[in-house]
Amino acid sequence: MASQAHALTEADKNRFYLTKEHHPENGTLLGFWIYLMSDCLIFAVLFACYAVLGRNYAAGPSGADLFDLQLVAINTGLLLLSSITYGFAMISAQAKKVKPVLIWLGITGLLGLGFLSLELYEFHHLIQEGAGPQRSAFLSSFFVLVGTHGLHVTFGIIWLVTLMVQVAQRGLGAEMKRRLMCLSMFWHFLDVIWIGVFSFVYLLGVLK
Amino acid sequence: MSPDLVKFIFGRLTWDAIPLHEPILLVTFGMVALGGLTVLALLTRYKLWGYLWREWLTSVDHKKIGVMYIILAIVMLLRGFADALMMRAQQAMAFGEAAGYLPPHHYDQIFTAHGVIMIFFVAMPLVTGLMNLVVPMQIGARDVAFPFLNNFSFWMTVGGAVLVMASLFVGEFARTGWLAYPPLSNIAYSPGVGVDYYIWALQVAGVGTTLSGINLVVTIIKMRAPGMSLMKMPVFTWTSLCTNVLIVATFPILTATLALLTADRYLLTNFFTNDFGGNPMMYVNLIWIWGHPEVYILILPAFGVFSEVVSTFCGKRLFGYSSMVYATVVITILSYIVWLHHFFTMGSGASVNSFFGITTMIISIPTGAKIFNWLFTMYRGRIRFEVPMMWTVGFMVTFVIGGMTGVLLAVPPADFVLHNSLFLIAHFHNVIIGGVVFGMFAGIVYWFPKAFGFKLDPFWGKVSFWCWLVGFWVAFTPLYVLGLMGVTRRVSQFEDQSLQIWFVIAACGAVIILCGIVAFLVQIVVSIMNREALRDETGDPWNGRTLEWSTSSPPPAYNFAFTPVVNELDAWWDMKQRGYQRPTSGFIPIHMPANTGAGVVLAGISTLLGFALIWHIWWLSAVAFIALVASAIAHTFNFKRDYYIPAEEVVRVEDARTEALRSLT
Amino acid sequence: MRPNSRPQSRSTPLKMLALAPLLLALGGCDWVVMNPSGDIAAQQRDLIILATVLMLLIIIPVIALTLFFAWKYRRSNEQAKYDPEWHHSTRLEIVIWAAPLVIITILGAVTWTSTHMLDPYRPLDRIAPGRSAENIKPLRVQVVALDWKWLFIYPELGIATVNELAAPVDRPLNFELTSSSVMNSFYLPALAGQIYAMPGMTTKLHAVINKAGVYDGFSANYSGGGFSHMRFKFRGMSEADFARWTEEVRKGGGRLDGSRYLVLEKPSEKVPPQRFAAVDADLFHKAVNRCVEPGKMCQHDMMTIDAKGGLGMAGVYNVTTLEYDKRTRRGEQGGGFRSFVAALCAPFTGSTAR
Repeated sequence: MASQAHALTEADKNRFYLTKEHHPENGTLLGFWIYLMSDCLIFAVLFACYAVLGRNYAAGPSGADLFDLQLVAINTGLLLLSSITYGFAMISAQAKKVKPVLIWLGITGLLGLGFLSLELYEFHHLIQEGAGPQRSAFLSSFFVLVGTHGLHVTFGIIWLVTLMVQVAQRGLGAEMKRRLMCLSMFWHFLDVIWIGVFSFVYLLGVLK
Repeated sequence: MSPDLVKFIFGRLTWDAIPLHEPILLVTFGMVALGGLTVLALLTRYKLWGYLWREWLTSVDHKKIGVMYIILAIVMLLRGFADALMMRAQQAMAFGEAAGYLPPHHYDQIFTAHGVIMIFFVAMPLVTGLMNLVVPMQIGARDVAFPFLNNFSFWMTVGGAVLVMASLFVGEFARTGWLAYPPLSNIAYSPGVGVDYYIWALQVAGVGTTLSGINLVVTIIKMRAPGMSLMKMPVFTWTSLCTNVLIVATFPILTATLALLTADRYLLTNFFTNDFGGNPMMYVNLIWIWGHPEVYILILPAFGVFSEVVSTFCGKRLFGYSSMVYATVVITILSYIVWLHHFFTMGSGASVNSFFGITTMIISIPTGAKIFNWLFTMYRGRIRFEVPMMWTVGFMVTFVIGGMTGVLLAVPPADFVLHNSLFLIAHFHNVIIGGVVFGMFAGIVYWFPKAFGFKLDPFWGKVSFWCWLVGFWVAFTPLYVLGLMGVTRRVSQFEDQSLQIWFVIAACGAVIILCGIVAFLVQIVVSIMNREALRDETGDPWNGRTLEWSTSSPPPAYNFAFTPVVNELDAWWDMKQRGYQRPTSGFIPIHMPANTGAGVVLAGISTLLGFALIWHIWWLSAVAFIALVASAIAHTFNFKRDYYIPAEEVVRVEDARTEALRSLT
Repeated sequence: MRPNSRPQSRSTPLKMLALAPLLLALGGCDWVVMNPSGDIAAQQRDLIILATVLMLLIIIPVIALTLFFAWKYRRSNEQAKYDPEWHHSTRLEIVIWAAPLVIITILGAVTWTSTHMLDPYRPLDRIAPGRSAENIKPLRVQVVALDWKWLFIYPELGIATVNELAAPVDRPLNFELTSSSVMNSFYLPALAGQIYAMPGMTTKLHAVINKAGVYDGFSANYSGGGFSHMRFKFRGMSEADFARWTEEVRKGGGRLDGSRYLVLEKPSEKVPPQRFAAVDADLFHKAVNRCVEPGKMCQHDMMTIDAKGGLGMAGVYNVTTLEYDKRTRRGEQGGGFRSFVAALCAPFTGSTAR
């Protein structure tokens, strides 16, 4: 990538400057990738904390006592499905079809909302039972890890709605496609993180 | 009003938070307020508000943002150095029965603030500012990859600085040391607003730093001039790339760690508490996983500056360019696996300690290679002792001592007796002043004519250099000695009278450094007054080697009328050798990013949000948060982010330069 | 930092030679780190000297060459050779990478062995050069860092002191350390390097004092408002003197039990030395496990329960508020009660949380 962009043609070698306007490659997608990696580090810290603190129940309840795997399985299904529907939105975007894009984005958003509602229900239920984030280091790290993911999904939905409005207003030019692509990476990234949460926190938690 | 209503409106904020009973703070506030009002009055008097807003505050021009970063750093340097002087004065007088003039609760805030300010709001803005100013020009680009983000990052850094400054006059700052180890920094032992100021100042500024890191990485990877392969990049650009990779790969860790401490303090979770299974050691590990790479974030760009300066003023190619590059990359990677050397004394066990001790020592190998590379660049050169070169030689002599004491501290059994001692303090000031500060001053003097079109006055520059060099050694040699006498850090009062003389000497050193800072400011004022005499029309005052010297000083908004083509390392030197002729015709319109006030607005709201959270003013927090999200969304609806500089405008600017260059010959 | 009695340096002549310029500059000052009175600290000092000399092998030539090149190749010196294109020499580059590499390899080997030999957790095998520690019964001392004073418990003697530490010379000392609230660092420069004292954790330090005298000890890690005065005197004394000192301590001061400990633990500054004729045998254990407060679950019990998967949903309400408000312990504003996990077999002493 870089080597090609910066390789010189024979003709260029003898001149000091380009006489035409030089357009460097657009860096948005690379920049967004780097942002995602930095965000990934935040999750890495939270996972590390969970790994260290995840068995410090402070003589309270453990994951096996608390987690409702069926609920989490539905939740996981919703999020994974939303990734697929986002994929359909991107396919439609390639074909420059505004309406299908909006429909698929709408479905994605609804699935995301469903995921969030179930998560909030789970949190509410746990706190009602007395197993809130203050009860033990295990619960602190659980709530903050899962909650941070949930916050990301929330912002993803706000962003998604914003993009739907913009797509409706402006159609699917290069700029909008790039924006859709960024959110797409963000959305799939959250999916990947969730798979980590699901296996590392919930499945292992129940196995113990 | 009912007390409940007052509490709802103002949270924890009461009249008691204003330090009316602290004469030192009142005087400081008076001076800051007076200075601020004078500036505001002058701006109004000369009707500069519009100019300032249009041309600077909302500017997305990387050069102006770089300059603003450096101005921020210099302002904060004055604050941070005032803290240093107060500490030196307190330690020079508080012996035996004498308690000095600072009670512990004030002294403890000062040493915390000194560390936080010097690292986050002096060293970081200096480094980021210099990279912003120079890197796009060195790679032959018109601006950074994300110009708006650049402006936003700068204002977030300012927001963090504003919060730290606010803590001086509203409430208090943290009394925890600059890394705020729990349990001390947790709600049980620091219930006041101090640690909250610390957290939110760093979080707001940290967003800016991370985004600016992403921005510069993408800029360097994507926007280099045609022909500039990685191994033809100037060394400063290389070190900037490594620094920004480090920023992107470590600042999120700081953000997450501070967020967990925030959760402990605001939501009463148990990450770093003593009871309920919390683990304070986790914080210590995490903060140093960020903290150690941070020192390389600061020093690598300084290494880059020295590399540019030494080859320019020796009139010679840099010795061992590729080994310089590899050394930089090796340091970047190794900086991740040494963090534990900051707490050998916490009982990690011999094998773990030796592992981290030895990895730390290994870093001195590439660093040593760099020193030799500069040394052999001087060999068979023609050295012009302009001010930047003086800083460089001063650095080489000073820094190797700091490096040596650093390796000494990396030997765990030696660290057991030197950890937390004033020897440690002397060591890290030795590398940060002798390395980062000297490097940044060299960089400022070196690139000042590029940014403003005239050189800095050499006499006052030399005065500043000698004051800093002598002052540094007078201030910190006693600290090395005191460390070997078993004296430790952060103590506000001593029993042993025989130590006093060393602290008095150290205080004298601090005063000499103060003279260095004053001389630097005088240098700027004198140079502005004499700017016509110091004017450089050529754009290449030092006979430079890299692309930034190929354009005019100050450069036009678009940097280069035509994008340069790079054939060699030291591209501009190569162009000069091959008889480069400046283009004087055929100009075309140039595509540029447009200024926007969104960065100021978003950062302003973020700062307000931080303030509301610090004081538990929940309604304001909610309002500010919603406003923040709404303005961010509104900003995404702004699609008019660029414009074309018309060809006539380019012709006008370039013709003016042609005229100016002709008048020189 | 100056011990009241000035011990003679025990350095070998070679080391004295290396130190000579330093000592000259001192003019009689006591650099306790460079001139300690305990065998461990002396070995740490020797290591500092060795490492410094090793590194000076490369540092001094670099500084000298820097100054020499700066002088020789100055612009006004037209005689000096000028070679603007000379920028590479494979041979030279090998040397500039290899020279630091050699030094660091040697130093790395020294580091690996010395870190293991001088590990503070490792029981002593000598009390001085050539004097084995075998057959000498070590003295155990338990150290608790309180806000802002030091508590020393002698479990074998059944006595305790505050801000006063005594030990017989030439007898191995086995310290176990913890803290009641925040992190501190236990540092006696004349004796040995420092080690952190941290709440809920135990650290260890093995050391020996070889010279009778009075030495300074203190916390080396900032721990809050009273930190600067968190100092104590350490007395190294002969076995006979130590026996007499023990008897002195036994004469008065009463018994340090849990309730007195809780009073003692409250923040106080510039605390004069205190002595306790007797001490609860399990006090240190309880301090480490953070269960001196009656009714609070000990951390080791908690860990045992956690290892078995917690207490299930029944554990949710097993939370009791502390008797005193922990958040205002340091006389600062703030509010709200902190809670803790109640012991299983103890009566509830406060109201149940939530």
